[in-house]
Amino acid sequence: MPSFVRISGLVKRFGADAPALGPVDLVLETGRISAVIGRSGTGKSTLLRLLAGLERPDCGQALLDGRPIRPEDVGVVFQEPRLMPWLDVAGNVGFGLHHLPRPERRDLVAEVLDVVGLAAHAGKLPKQLSGGMAQRVALARALAVRPRLLLLDEPFSALDPLTRLSMQDHLLELWRHYGPTVILISHDMDEALALADHIVVLDGSPGRVLAEFGPELPHPRRRTSPSFERWRHRLVDVLASSTDNQPNRRSVMEMRYAV
Amino acid sequence: MAELTFGRSPVDSQRRRPRASLPMPLLLGLLLPVLVTLIWETACRTGLVPPNLLPAPSAIFRTLYRLALTGDLQLHLAATIDRLGLGFVLGAAAGTVLGALTGASPLARQMLDPMIQGLRSVPSIAWVPLFILWLGIFEASKIVLIAVGVFFPVYLNLMIAISQVDRKLIEVGRVHRLGRWALVRRILLPASLPGYVTGLRSGLGLGWMFVIAAELMGASEGVGFLLIDGQQTGRPALVIGAILLFALLGKASDLLLARLGNSLLRWQDVAGEG
Repeated sequence: MPSFVRISGLVKRFGADAPALGPVDLVLETGRISAVIGRSGTGKSTLLRLLAGLERPDCGQALLDGRPIRPEDVGVVFQEPRLMPWLDVAGNVGFGLHHLPRPERRDLVAEVLDVVGLAAHAGKLPKQLSGGMAQRVALARALAVRPRLLLLDEPFSALDPLTRLSMQDHLLELWRHYGPTVILISHDMDEALALADHIVVLDGSPGRVLAEFGPELPHPRRRTSPSFERWRHRLVDVLASSTDNQPNRRSVMEMRYAV
Repeated sequence: MAELTFGRSPVDSQRRRPRASLPMPLLLGLLLPVLVTLIWETACRTGLVPPNLLPAPSAIFRTLYRLALTGDLQLHLAATIDRLGLGFVLGAAAGTVLGALTGASPLARQMLDPMIQGLRSVPSIAWVPLFILWLGIFEASKIVLIAVGVFFPVYLNLMIAISQVDRKLIEVGRVHRLGRWALVRRILLPASLPGYVTGLRSGLGLGWMFVIAAELMGASEGVGFLLIDGQQTGRPALVIGAILLFALLGKASDLLLARLGNSLLRWQDVAGEG
């Protein structure tokens, strides 16, 4: 039986201003990778911070299997690695496991490090890591707590293009291995198309859902394949049509999901 | 991953770097004192300066050496170091507790900080009469005075360091459901360690200042007593010798603290070591 992340009527205001986000209604199937894309300032990160429990919504709710999302359901990777500079790689990866007894923690950390391919670097300090490696450590830290919901806030946008591609492949492997529900915030259409089975376009101010797509392209997705190209054109069209003169228009242009 | 192509791990190169580069700065730092001592000695021997005002380095060294032979020097050194040590520990402990409290809790800061900052602007020597009235002329008043001097830099640096910890790291703590105390222990304190070490070092510097002040206000032993004794008995060699002892002790204790700090702060991604 499929289960869902249900977001309904979610609104966030900062101060007394007009809302920054919402209302947003979304249904995301669990166990999948969903991508939220859109321009800067459309509330993508705000949406993620609401789901992560870092902000409180002014209205609405987000449910996982009919229950409010609990902090222990969630793993987060931010745009920057945000590693604790005084802890080595193993210490950072085990940061969320402090409630466990030491041997158990050590085993879990060793296992995650192995899966992300950082076992040889367990004793390094963050200052000795490249940007891509640091972000892999951040990914490992988020996965170590075995979250049901992995929230990624433009996790690869600060990396160089080649590292970004390999990190995307890497994320797919990790997703297959651990099977969390992934919500990926991105402004990179190619990234969304390469990874996600469900793409949500946010737009406007306050940010709202402009369109949803289900590009069920077969894996591995070649970025040069005709179907990939077609989807890219569609996304470009949608984003280009979302002109600023109609910022609050909500038109779900395509729904592939029978939810 | 470019660092792997050099065939040695970056940990090795990190450990090797300070050791290899240590002798050179040490020699450079010694160059000037040695040169000054030589010129000074020659100036005294050739009669260029009157020895009853500025005795030669060799005369100063002889004075200290004779003092050491009778065991008096060790006694005075121990008295001063004991006072400073005890005052430093007390002042640093109070500064740490209150600095951590006001740094981590805005409520505590609003309640406590204005009063503490108000007390800070009292020149610390102004406390002397009060401490003597309260605690007598002997050890207790001296140690409390030193502790007061050490307290403020430790308090201030720790409070500022904690309140300036990167919000992004704190969010990582929130995502991992850290409670208030766990947040302080696992993120705020380690992240503020660099500022804390700075505070301890300036606290120690002020501690030396106050130990002299305390010993000048009346003591029968200690390096500060040697200063007064030398002045009253007209022995400039003793006065200058005591000053040099302070210089050596101050530098040595700061070096010790800096070393300790650097070994705790090896994770810092900075250009040089302080």
